[in-house]
Amino acid sequence: MSLLLERIRKSYREPGGRRLPVLGIERFEMTQGEQVALLGSSGGGKTTLLNIISGILTPDSGRVIVDGRDIAAMHEVVRDRFRASKIGIVFQTFNLLPAFSALENVLLGMSFSGKGVDKAFARQLLERVGLGHRLNHSPQKLSVGEQQRVAVARSLANKPVLLLADEPTANVDPSNQQLILDLIRDTCRDHNVSLLMVTHSMEVAGVFKRVEKLQEFNRPELCLQEQTV
Amino acid sequence: MNLLTIAWKSIRQRRLASFLTALSIGLGVMLMVLVLVIFGAVNSAFTQRSVGYDLIVGPKGSDLQLVLSAVYRMQPPIENLPYMYLEQLKKDRRVISAVPLAFGDVTEAGSFPIVGTTTEYFQNEFMPGRNFQIRGSRINELFDAIIGSEVARQNQWDIDSKFAIIHGGAESGDVHEEEFTVVAVLAPTGTANDRTVFLNLEGFYAIDGHTKPVEEIEKRMKDFYAADPERLESALKQLESYKAEEAAGGHAHGHSHASPDAMKEVTAILVRTRPETPFDAISLSAELQKGFQAMAVNPVRPIQRLVTGLLGNIQKALVVLTGIIILVSGVGIFVSIYNSMSDRRREIGIMRALGAGRMHVFGIVLAESALLCVGGGVVGWLVGHGLAIAASPWVIRQTGLLINPWALNSWEVILFPVLVGLAALVGFLPAMTAYRTNVADALSS
Repeated sequence: MSLLLERIRKSYREPGGRRLPVLGIERFEMTQGEQVALLGSSGGGKTTLLNIISGILTPDSGRVIVDGRDIAAMHEVVRDRFRASKIGIVFQTFNLLPAFSALENVLLGMSFSGKGVDKAFARQLLERVGLGHRLNHSPQKLSVGEQQRVAVARSLANKPVLLLADEPTANVDPSNQQLILDLIRDTCRDHNVSLLMVTHSMEVAGVFKRVEKLQEFNRPELCLQEQTV
Repeated sequence: MNLLTIAWKSIRQRRLASFLTALSIGLGVMLMVLVLVIFGAVNSAFTQRSVGYDLIVGPKGSDLQLVLSAVYRMQPPIENLPYMYLEQLKKDRRVISAVPLAFGDVTEAGSFPIVGTTTEYFQNEFMPGRNFQIRGSRINELFDAIIGSEVARQNQWDIDSKFAIIHGGAESGDVHEEEFTVVAVLAPTGTANDRTVFLNLEGFYAIDGHTKPVEEIEKRMKDFYAADPERLESALKQLESYKAEEAAGGHAHGHSHASPDAMKEVTAILVRTRPETPFDAISLSAELQKGFQAMAVNPVRPIQRLVTGLLGNIQKALVVLTGIIILVSGVGIFVSIYNSMSDRRREIGIMRALGAGRMHVFGIVLAESALLCVGGGVVGWLVGHGLAIAASPWVIRQTGLLINPWALNSWEVILFPVLVGLAALVGFLPAMTAYRTNVADALSS
C-alpha cells in the first residue's frame, strides 16, 4: 500500500480562539502505482489534505501511512527527510526557484534527501520531459508549460513512492494542459509512482480511472464531535 | 548542492543589494588594512630598523631632539661637542666605531640637510644587516659630496652636479660661497639618508663661517673640560698657537682646514659598541649620564616612546573607527538580509516542501551572511594590500617610509574571526526568521 489515511482530524484555531474544523477523514487508501484524481471545491480542505499527506502539516489526530511508515508520528527532522526522499510534490504555481537554472532546480530537490545529487539522473528526467536542450535556462526564460515540466522533473528527482499534484494544470494554457497531464501520468506510470492529483476540473478528473470527491469522504464535523466527547 | 552554493545563488539573485552591502564591509576592511600598513611602516621606520648604531652621543639636552636631529634630521641640533671629545670617545675600549656628524646647514635647492661626516659612516651598516650602496666615486676633494636618492630625484642632480648650501637653515638665506660637486649617489634606503647631502667633514669645517671666534671656543673649552685639567691644558695650548698663527696672517684666506682639533666641533657622534657585550652600551650611557659634558641615548627608545605614546593612540583610534565602519556595514547586511526575508518567505517554503529541514534554511541564511561579511572582508583586505603595493613606490618617494604592503598586523589576524562572528551576529535574526517560517502559510502566500 502506498498511502493510507486513518481517522484524520484537522482543525485550525481562529483568532477568537474557536476551532475551525477542516478535515475529518475516517479512511482513505491508495495502492502502489495507483493514480487517483481528488475532486474538491475551493476552501474544501484539498490543500490541507495534501499538506498533511506530505508532512508539511500534522493532523490533530490520526495516522498518515506513506510507504508503510506513519509520517504524522515522526519527529520533524525525520519527517522532512522522509518527505524529501519518498514524496514528490507538483504545485499549482510550479514554485521553481528563480535563482536556479532548470537543472539546478531538479538538483535542489535531490539536495535535501540525504542521498546526494545525481546529475545524470536529473538530466535524464529533464530530457524525459522534453527539456534536454534547456537545462541551464533560468525559470524566467522558460514558458509556463516548460516551467511546469521542470516542476514535474523535480518532483521525481528522488524517485518517490508517492506524487502529490495540486491542480498542476490550473495555470497552464489549454494547449499545454493535456500535455502536462499526460506527462505526469505517464512518468508516474513509468516509475511506478502512485499519483494523487487534486483538481476542481471535471475534464482533468475524467482521464483518471479512480476519481474521489473530497466532500464525500471528508466530514469535518467529526472534529467537533470528538472535541465534545 | 551544498548550503554555500545555495546561499551564493541567493546572493546572486539580489546582486545589487548584496554587492553594496559586501562593498561597505570591504571598504571598512580596506581602510583598516591601509591604516595598519601605514602605521606599521611608520612604527618600523621609527623603531627597530631606524639606525645601525647602539648609541648617539650629543650635548646634554633633550634625548628626543638629539635622535630626531642626528638620525631623522627633522630637528635643529641642540649644541655642539668639541672634536677632541670624539677622539676621547674613540679611545674607550667599549667603542668599536664612533662616527662624527656635523650639521646645521641645508642645500639651497630643496633645503635638504647637510651632514659633514667621515667615510666610516658609509662603511658601517645604516640599519642592522643593510649596507649603503653607492654609485660613483669616493670623496677625494674638500668640497665633494655624496647625495641621497631623494635629493638626486627631487633636485634632478647626478654625479658632477654642482650646488650651493645655505648657512644655518633655509630661513637664514645666507648662501655660502663655496660650490660643491656631487661625486656619488646613494641607492634608496628608506631612511632619512635618502634626503641628506653628505660632505667631507674636513670640507664642512673649511666652509667660510663654520669656524667660531677663538675666544668663544676658549670659553667653551674651559667650561667643557673644567673637570679635566689635562685635556683643558692641551686644548688651550692648541688655541694659543692657533691665535699666534692667525696674528701672523696664517689664515688670511679664511679657510680653517689647518685648524687644530680644539677649534673643531661635532654635532653628534654615532657609536657602535662591542656586539658580544651588549651591556657596554648601557654602561657607557650610564657613565655619560652622570657627567655634565655629554649624553648618550639609545637611538630607538625616545622615538619608540613618541611612537607608542602619540602615534600608537592615533593608530588605536583609527582602528577603532574603521572597526565601527565595519560594524555599521554589518548592520547594513543585517538590514539587507532581514528586509529580503519577507520576499524570500515563499522560497523558503518551497525549499522546506522539497525536504529542507529548519536547520537547512537557518544554515543557508547564515551562510549568506558569512559569504557577504567574509567575502567582502577578503576583497577589502586584498584591495587594501593591493593599494599599499601600488602606492608604496610613491610613499617611499614622498616620505621615505619603506612600506611592506604584505606585513601582517596582529589586528589583521583577528580580523577574519571577528568577521565570521559579525556574520553570525547579523545573520542570526534573519536565519531565525527562516527557521520559524510556517511552510504551509509560506506556500499559500
